Amino acid sequence: MTGAALIVSAPGPALTVQDLGRPGRAGQGLSRGGALDPLALWEAAALLGLKGPVASVEMPGMGATFAVTAPMRLALTGAPMQATLDGQPLAWHAAHPVRPGQVLRIGGTTGGTVGYLTPAGGLATPPLMGSRAAHLAAGVGTLLADGTSLPTGDDPMPHRPACALRPEPRFGGGSLRLLPGPQTHLFNRARMESFLAARFTRGPRSNRQAIQLLCEAAQDWHLDAGGMASEPIQVGDVQITGDGTPFVLGPECQTIGGYPRLGSIHPEDLPRLIQADARSPLHFTLLDDAGAAPLPVAPAARLKRLAANVTPLLRDPAHMHDLLAYQLISGVTAGDELDRP
Amino acid sequence: MPAAARDPVALPALLPLGLDGVLVRFGTTFTEEGNRAARAFAAEAAALDGVTEVVPAPASVLLRLDPREQPAAQVQSAARALLDSHDWLSLPAAPAARCWHLPVSFAKADAPDLPEVARITGLPEADVVTRILAERPRVLAIGFAPGQPYLGQLPPVFDLPRRAQLQDVPAGALTLAIRQMVLFSNASPTGWMQIGRAAFRPFQPDATDPMPLRTGDEIRFHAIPDGELKALGEDPMGGARLEILS
Repeated sequence: MTGAALIVSAPGPALTVQDLGRPGRAGQGLSRGGALDPLALWEAAALLGLKGPVASVEMPGMGATFAVTAPMRLALTGAPMQATLDGQPLAWHAAHPVRPGQVLRIGGTTGGTVGYLTPAGGLATPPLMGSRAAHLAAGVGTLLADGTSLPTGDDPMPHRPACALRPEPRFGGGSLRLLPGPQTHLFNRARMESFLAARFTRGPRSNRQAIQLLCEAAQDWHLDAGGMASEPIQVGDVQITGDGTPFVLGPECQTIGGYPRLGSIHPEDLPRLIQADARSPLHFTLLDDAGAAPLPVAPAARLKRLAANVTPLLRDPAHMHDLLAYQLISGVTAGDELDRP
Repeated sequence: MPAAARDPVALPALLPLGLDGVLVRFGTTFTEEGNRAARAFAAEAAALDGVTEVVPAPASVLLRLDPREQPAAQVQSAARALLDSHDWLSLPAAPAARCWHLPVSFAKADAPDLPEVARITGLPEADVVTRILAERPRVLAIGFAPGQPYLGQLPPVFDLPRRAQLQDVPAGALTLAIRQMVLFSNASPTGWMQIGRAAFRPFQPDATDPMPLRTGDEIRFHAIPDGELKALGEDPMGGARLEILS
């Protein structure tokens, strides 16, 4: 099937097309870009039975109304968002077959910060420098406007029944491992200890370029680094700006920067930072030796692990209008039978 | 005391950055020698086993690797061996292989900070422009934004501080501070002072070569009459001419 499309109506303020971005061009000043939460694209690939991530609609905070011009499956991953299909609630962390004429409404996030809508054939917008991702800071691509028609690739199994996935837990904040880096030694022990003792939440100046971290403790972590030459920086680096506010660099960060950097967040912990909303507390633990830190999961192993968590979505209780007619409790148990060895 | 002076790491230094990077630092502050070393090292490091990407900065180079393909320790050893093979900080200045001739407008609207630069340097505005036109700065690094060059090094008279209060400059803005110039790829807030504007765009996303400048390239500016910038504006090359020197 060719010529299929996903039609976007009444989008939230920050919808873009995203994939895994453009690695390998930082030397020319272009940061990798790509999805804020790449794990959500891997989850979509697992739900849709794909070999790897495809281009998706990234929806920070707020979604849109969507329609399709041909039958296709749509995966909903990342931060859970209010979703209905023709008015009926739709499960998140799941893939659903959708037909032309149906109306998919995606509202606000109910936990986390950014959700993703992935058609099984991927978005088939024209690639630029090997990627379809918008990189707004670099002037590549645009925000999705009302009425945008996004071409989609072919879904070989558009009527395959819905399935769901147990997502990798990351929507409530928590601990972030900090790898020491080239500038960590600029911060003395007292500064580092006070940073590690602090509890942070996401600040309002967060976007695809950087995540602002707010805390109640006095922020005396800044340094006079005015004479320091700018050095290469990358997504996950924790920099301390002139007034002491930490910012963690995001996928659209600049490639060279002059603010002093405490270290880098372990890449496996980045989705937890990205998905922590303003109410989710975050704190850091310092890894003593970056060389001994566990490696990021290999793509094939990640997909295999996620695919093992996919199950058929037989019946979503939210769809069941006659729920009270069912015998839902047939006995009382200790509640831990399934967890027992 | 500036942080750089507290830096206990001897130079050149080889330092892990994240799980997939090794930073090779030739200086904690900008020097011509450190920049030459970074550019020369970057050119050779690209061939090292396990290096997937090289990011040259003004006084350092980031080598990227895939730790699942090649352990970081192995790439670090290879980088250390390359580092130890020359005295990188004593390299003589190498002539540029390419020179870009860039038309620049110094008209009032395109050079809003020229009066300020004249005031701080004590030079008449016309002299500031004449001196910039006589310079042959090199691309010291490309970064911050795609294709965006840091140019220099200019004579000490242009050692102006960056402004603390950021101001918006347009794409193509030619700005000056700390004996360097930046030619902006995109509109951006900055503390650098805008002394001119080019129609040339350092980032041309739709072009075959989207970031045409290379570190080490030489730049010559050519003043154009008021109003001519608009005529050049349609083509992202903006009237730029590339001269091959060697």
